[in-house]
Amino acid sequence: MNKGLVAVLAALVVGAVAFMLTSEKPSEEKKEATAPVADEGEQITIAVPSFLTGGAAGPFGIPAMNGAKMVVDAINKGKLPAPYNTKGFGGATASLIELDEGGGATKQVAEYRNLVEKRNVDAVVGYISSGNCQALAPIAEELKQFTIFATCGTPRIFEEAPRQYVFRTMSHATADNTAAAMYVKENFPGMKGYTGIQQNYAWGQDSWRDFDLTLKQIMPNSKASDNVQFPKIFAGQYGSEISAMSLDSADLVHSSFWGGDLEAFIFQGAARGLFAKKTGVLTVGGTAAYRLGKKLPNGIVLGARGPYGILVRDRDSVLNQWFINTYKNLYGTYPSGPAYQYGQAILAAKIAYDKAGSDPSSEQLAGALRGITFESFSTKVEMSLGGGHQAVTENGYGITKYDEVNGENIVTDVKFYPASCIMPPDGVGSVEWIKGGMKGAKC
Amino acid sequence: MDTFLTILLDGLQFSSYLFIVSAGLTIIFGVMKILNVAHGSFYAWGAYTAAFFIGKFSDMGMPDALGFLIIIAAAVVVGVVLGFIIEQGILKYMYQRDEVLIVLATFGLFLVLEDIILIAFGTDPYFAYQPMALLAAVEIGGITRDVYGLTLIGVATLVAIGCWWLLNKTKWGTILKAVIFDREMGISMGINVPLVYTLTFIGGAILGGLGGAYIAPTISVAPGLGTEVIVLSFAVVVVGGMGSIAGAAIGSLIIGLLRAVAVHELPQVELFVVFAVMAVVLVFRPEGLFAPAKPRKI
Repeated sequence: MNKGLVAVLAALVVGAVAFMLTSEKPSEEKKEATAPVADEGEQITIAVPSFLTGGAAGPFGIPAMNGAKMVVDAINKGKLPAPYNTKGFGGATASLIELDEGGGATKQVAEYRNLVEKRNVDAVVGYISSGNCQALAPIAEELKQFTIFATCGTPRIFEEAPRQYVFRTMSHATADNTAAAMYVKENFPGMKGYTGIQQNYAWGQDSWRDFDLTLKQIMPNSKASDNVQFPKIFAGQYGSEISAMSLDSADLVHSSFWGGDLEAFIFQGAARGLFAKKTGVLTVGGTAAYRLGKKLPNGIVLGARGPYGILVRDRDSVLNQWFINTYKNLYGTYPSGPAYQYGQAILAAKIAYDKAGSDPSSEQLAGALRGITFESFSTKVEMSLGGGHQAVTENGYGITKYDEVNGENIVTDVKFYPASCIMPPDGVGSVEWIKGGMKGAKC
Repeated sequence: MDTFLTILLDGLQFSSYLFIVSAGLTIIFGVMKILNVAHGSFYAWGAYTAAFFIGKFSDMGMPDALGFLIIIAAAVVVGVVLGFIIEQGILKYMYQRDEVLIVLATFGLFLVLEDIILIAFGTDPYFAYQPMALLAAVEIGGITRDVYGLTLIGVATLVAIGCWWLLNKTKWGTILKAVIFDREMGISMGINVPLVYTLTFIGGAILGGLGGAYIAPTISVAPGLGTEVIVLSFAVVVVGGMGSIAGAAIGSLIIGLLRAVAVHELPQVELFVVFAVMAVVLVFRPEGLFAPAKPRKI
């Protein structure tokens, strides 16, 4: 090979790598949270799995992990606002094991067993993927390990079997979709037909099912499309799906897309005028609000999987303002839903430890968290479903609008629905409840 | 009529995307007999490099039209740099080894290159929407289409014509065909086969990089995007016949059009269609629809 060519190639490699490494990356980890350091007294270890690689890392996994680290750090230092301003988890200082949730459910089950059986963690708090949570719930029960699911959404976890050691500190997907349907009814009463695009796994299928069933109940004159799209998760290319939905007579498009898929869908759909012709309902759209800026079309019905992120930026409670300001100071951006959800799950762990006493067992921790109600950063959390293991919270939606003056996205017409309006009562499955006319709903 | 036209355009657009990426894969296999799993990384690196520089130059106030030049430059730089390093640094020492070992080596390279992406670019997705935003949308068949997406059909057509011209109308194409037909005979006729291998690998890598770079403005460029594309590319190459450019084109068209029909008419089977086609072809014609003829040595 010609030596001149080799020299040119070598120079190109060195130049390109140097440029990339010295340039500023659009990472939210510019200012790292100080890692919790145990300096004295009792210590516990909390494993926090989240997507640290793959398409879900940027929009979901990294903000979630940042939220967890920030709250753990504040708890260790006793710097959370009252009533959580006591130091530590039941007095113990927590150290985190940060884990990548990527790689699929089989890998996560192996990792989980490793965490519990070899690394002897005291608690596991996290998980974003419904597929992972569904696979891990029975394992956690088998190993009798105190575990809090932070973000995953499928309702099946606590509806298919009773749990003793597993908790989830945010509402499940049914709340996202019943609330979305109610918001549509109130704000778009003339809607005649609806279609959707969902990732083809438990999360997407459950989300569409609940949205569709609810609309059939509360807007019986609207018609569901026969051509709802279920592309493979992380497909990235939605040209044909957007065409099919554009040709559909439906005037509303519902999607539970999240992560990189959501952002790709917004780009491709906006470029083709999809959101100008049809009303978009994005149940997880809140994660894109701060990231996409002006590229997020106006007029989209935006959810954040609960009262989190952009939907609660104006809530002026001490806890919420502490969360927003501390996060913004640390990471240079406003906290999105996943940051809140992981922070909330960590807070629940603190409450359980504080209540369970010194050196608690998994049984004592589970007993301390079961069925309680607590004030979280942005909302009240009631552990009232699944025998006290599944949380309910209010859930809300708003409509996107780009604020030209401040150069950022805002949401208008925000409406929150109480948990008693959008979630089934304890012991009743979501599907059964919706199909039965949502009996007992207090809206 | 609107639906037919829409399905046709959707199918052609997706086929074009598949062809650009799989053409590089099949060229490398045809000439070098290497099933290159690391091809997905060329796609990912092309996408990242284009998205990174488009974003940088846009931030610096440069005209958005520059994005098109960056896309081409990113494909060439990624193909030349990565292709050269991988071929000269690793693969050339493995040509005499078992083909399975070479597949494993390229798989290892794929994993390494994915991790280097994380180190170099971080986990946050990159956006490079400027070239797509620059081109207007048009109304075709009763729906709005982005012109940028339609240009993909033109790019794939140019790639196909370029490959045909190179193989059939140039001395270099004759040399390539001679090496594909019989490597040893090529050497005995004085062909510099190692150089042919290096340039072929770089050419294939440029096509992989071009696929990623051109798609970058339409997606959120995030870690892991090379994984999806390599699976689809293998399906295309298996359907068309490994090592055949015409096969890659026909395989892309079959898969792209059938997928578009499924999305519009029966979305439940969309995932199934791609691999059902592959399975049917493997049953009735295991070598693929357009596998190059193999010489019989006596």
